[in-house]
Amino acid sequence: MRARLQAVLATTALVLAGSALAQDSTMDEIAKYREMLADGNPAELFELKGEALWKKARGPKNASLEQCDMGLGPGKLDGAYAQLPRYFPDTRKVMDVESRLVHCMVSLQGFKEEDVTRQWFSRPGKESDIEALVTYIGAKSNGMKIDVPARHPEEARMAKVGEYIFYRRSGPQDFSCSICHGQNDKRIRLQDLGNLTTQAGAGVAMSTWPSYRVSQGAVWTMQRRLIDCMRQARWPEPKYLSDSVIALQVYLQKTASGTVMQTPGIKR
Amino acid sequence: MNMQRREALKAGGGLGLFGLLAAAGLITPSQARAEWNKSAFDAKTIEETLKALGATGAQNSTDIQITAPDIAENGAVVPVGVVSALAGVEAIALLIEKNPNPLAASFMLPAGTEASVQTRVKMGQTSDVIAVVKVGGKFIMTKKEIKVTLGGCGG
Amino acid sequence: MADPMKIRASAKDGITEVKVLMSHEMETGQRKDSSGNLVPAHFITELSAEHNGKQVLAAQFGTAVSKNPYLAFKFKGGAKGDKLAVSWVDNKGDKRTDEVAIN
Ligand code: HEC
Repeated sequence: MRARLQAVLATTALVLAGSALAQDSTMDEIAKYREMLADGNPAELFELKGEALWKKARGPKNASLEQCDMGLGPGKLDGAYAQLPRYFPDTRKVMDVESRLVHCMVSLQGFKEEDVTRQWFSRPGKESDIEALVTYIGAKSNGMKIDVPARHPEEARMAKVGEYIFYRRSGPQDFSCSICHGQNDKRIRLQDLGNLTTQAGAGVAMSTWPSYRVSQGAVWTMQRRLIDCMRQARWPEPKYLSDSVIALQVYLQKTASGTVMQTPGIKR
Repeated sequence: MNMQRREALKAGGGLGLFGLLAAAGLITPSQARAEWNKSAFDAKTIEETLKALGATGAQNSTDIQITAPDIAENGAVVPVGVVSALAGVEAIALLIEKNPNPLAASFMLPAGTEASVQTRVKMGQTSDVIAVVKVGGKFIMTKKEIKVTLGGCGG
Repeated sequence: MADPMKIRASAKDGITEVKVLMSHEMETGQRKDSSGNLVPAHFITELSAEHNGKQVLAAQFGTAVSKNPYLAFKFKGGAKGDKLAVSWVDNKGDKRTDEVAIN
């Protein structure tokens, strides 16, 4: 299977390349395209919406999220995203931005978990509050360094689990994350697949989420990105907020630590 | 914004945007413009569109530039700008030849507004993008091909 | 009600540059939903921008303008603190006006 995938990757690269020169000018124009989109990232609309949602009294308890502790203390959002996932003594769990946010919506606002997570990602015409809130929380870490040392024993354990999942081959096609994301200079069509096992590669990837997906017209959160990659790997799809998805984030954020956040991002 | 204005805007259903704005005192009635140009937006060919815009016979010109990448990674969002150094540009229209309805957007520029607009459009496939500019009562145009790579992998 | 726009307006050397992001589906009328029914067209048709109450741009959009539309333009004049308002209406009569101070 691995040989087959590599053959596919190699032929796509070949077809795409034609000549190295043609590919270079293609990549230049694609870079220009991405640059033109970066100024005026529609994710900023979701950031605005997320801010309003954060501050608005909602739910059965008619409370805002302003007292939510994302790890730096109640209501302290600046830099919080860049330090997640982390261990939270109140829940005795390692939580990522999304599981913590849902925890706050349940504990502070009185929502039922299944109600707030039903629309955890948007569909055309149906916006997702979680996407908007995560975009807002993420933007509060823009310009700050990712800092997930995973020193707490629980965090260290989750990083190990994440690393294990990253390299483990499973599913009907015997795929692993590392098959697609474990080498330098790999590309599917025009998409550079960074080497997520290096600080540089994981840094480029992790610092630019949440990200506006041009192809979807929506912001994707890291949970959505990873769950979709698991689908691509033909693995059974984990449930939203699963520990496996959080563990992968601890591993990736730890690897990416030191990289400056540039969020919200904008991607194909 | 001013609450009264907002109320006026809310209350004004049926007046059309410019009627509404005039009612709210945001613009003077003389600034109110034509209604949405349905026949131009419904047109299916470049010729029909030009006709509906009153721009039939627009001459090719090098005085207009289309600023856009040669290749768009995704046809759902293609950044396109139109710029001209000519003085007195009154209107700019943006057409995408291979779209089912070529006209994507049109802009009316009051005196003092620069001939420089940028927006983002959907393109079903690789196509010429055409900018039609009205200046001094006459129409001129230029075009540029934009290639659309179809994403596919990576959802 | 429609979500707020994000407007940036900055004056420099006698020119004000305006960049607007609008929150809108810009549904073409050609997309099918999960049960195979056509989703009706729903898109911004007209837009107007005013500087201190004087119109500086009028635009008409078709369905080919991308979801969450972006628009940038420039006009002569405008000073820090001046008001810049943008309004749009869509084909269903929904509308939105937002205003910022030029910086
Ligand atoms: C079949 C190949 C494949 C597999 C297997 C795969 N991915 Fe991906 N991954 C992709 C593609 C394609 C993209 C999107 C690249 C793009 O569109 O720019 C992507 C994107 C990502 C990104 C975002 C990268 C960035 O630069 O923004 C992360 C993080 C990621 N994958 C993690 C994972 C993890 C963790 C796994 C294992 C659960 C995994 N992927 C499995 C193909 C794969």
